[in-house]
Amino acid sequence: MRFIRSIAIVTILPAGLVTAWWFVSLGSDNFFWPPLRDILGTVPSTWLEGRLQADVGPSLLRLAVGYLLALLIGVPTGLAIGLSTPLRQYCEPVFEFLRSIPPPVLVPVIILFAGIGDTMKVVVIAFGCVWPILLNSVEGARAIDEVLHDTTRIYRLSPVSRFRHLLLRGASPHIVTGARQALSIAVILVVISEMFAASNGLGFTIVQFQRSFAIPQMWSGILLLGAIGVTLAFVFRLVENRVLAWYFGLRRKQ
Amino acid sequence: MTLTPVLAVDHVKKVYTTGTRHVEAVRDLHFDVARGELVCVVGPSGAGKTTLLRCIAGLMDVTAGEVRLEGSAISGPPRGMAVVFQEYGRSLFPWMTVRGNVELPLKEKKVPRARRTVLVDEALATVGLDHVHDSYPWQLSGGMQQRVAIARAVAYEPHILLMDEPFAAVDAQTRADLEDLIRELWARLRVTVLFVTHDIDEAVYLGERVLVLSNSPTVVLEDVRIDLPGERDQLGTRALPRFAELRAHVYGLVQQAKRGVRAVPADASPAGQTLQYERKPS
Repeated sequence: MRFIRSIAIVTILPAGLVTAWWFVSLGSDNFFWPPLRDILGTVPSTWLEGRLQADVGPSLLRLAVGYLLALLIGVPTGLAIGLSTPLRQYCEPVFEFLRSIPPPVLVPVIILFAGIGDTMKVVVIAFGCVWPILLNSVEGARAIDEVLHDTTRIYRLSPVSRFRHLLLRGASPHIVTGARQALSIAVILVVISEMFAASNGLGFTIVQFQRSFAIPQMWSGILLLGAIGVTLAFVFRLVENRVLAWYFGLRRKQ
Repeated sequence: MTLTPVLAVDHVKKVYTTGTRHVEAVRDLHFDVARGELVCVVGPSGAGKTTLLRCIAGLMDVTAGEVRLEGSAISGPPRGMAVVFQEYGRSLFPWMTVRGNVELPLKEKKVPRARRTVLVDEALATVGLDHVHDSYPWQLSGGMQQRVAIARAVAYEPHILLMDEPFAAVDAQTRADLEDLIRELWARLRVTVLFVTHDIDEAVYLGERVLVLSNSPTVVLEDVRIDLPGERDQLGTRALPRFAELRAHVYGLVQQAKRGVRAVPADASPAGQTLQYERKPS
């Protein structure tokens, strides 16, 4: 019963908005605001006949590689910096500078050395995603209790075990916060990077539709992007609930 | 009876240096702990008890002198030593189950799986926690959490067990239970225990010896031998006249320590002498 209620709470507003859009747009003859019925009607022919593999697939792949790269670089670097106060003080101004550069302006620069292929797009995504992950990892490492550090020393944990059992787990609440911010940045950057010098991908396709005045198709691409974002957030939530089960339990207890 | 000491604290001195300021926390600590002894360290607050324990545990470098565990000078936490900290809530990994917490140091010691299972089961049974293996530490009460920390130390099979005011943060009834648990573990496992506390009653009740520290910069004010019967219980032992005497004696020493006394004249120490005519053969 509670499950049904929570499902209802989550879905009632989106369902209402879609219904409203459907009926309000029903009689629209504005070229740029086609009826929702027309937009949804184009979905099968637009996306299901090859574009899913040709465009959506590459986009998701770039997103995954760029995002994972950011995690692989950001988490260990951030944890290492967080452990050392002097190192953190040296690095902080540089990080503040680098993180305030909007990644899209780097696209032309990155094209110069990474070319216009997938590498460029992956680098742009990774560059945008790495900062929230790295900076939150720094905070996460700082937040780990001194007594736990002492405990791992007393029981002579090896550096690898300390990283696995103390740093990574202890900083995980902060790391997850950073990773969540990075995920939405990744979706934005995948689209933006595909608007420059691309030959496939979701961002590329949506811009192509807009330029060729295929307006309902353009709208369907935007809806598809939204759906991908929601799905990713949902998957992220599932992972988070698993990884941070101990943390949520601990917090409820306090 | 005279064996090589498990722990030798050899003229240890500790000076904290911050910038150009030097603060002498420990001046000259010198004592031995023999194999199988249960020694309590008591002193006024600010006596450098925690500094001493951190030096012995190898968590902190000494300025002069050395700490030897089984004959070899330590630098960094040595093999064969376990520590139970005061802050039980902060020394257990909240992301691991009770079982995981107890098992981790054993995995690190490369104890084979089958042996590990036995050690963890035994240790948790010893501290009376065989029903909570899969709980998380934060699901347990404070006293139970400290039992988990004790089980972790016991399963590790240490040659020496250091305890830093382990019961300072639990309620009085739990505290009495845990004190008896320590006596029982010590008697059964014959492990060497160094127990730091600020509680005079606890020191006298638990210890075979009580080292009374001066205030900072610390020296050992007196090494008091506790000649109470080996079998101790909260009611009987604490009601003994000898317990009251020893308690009064240690209390007097701690009061002197608070006033800044750094050495006790040999003849002003009656604890050893009263023993002769107070104890009745029974």
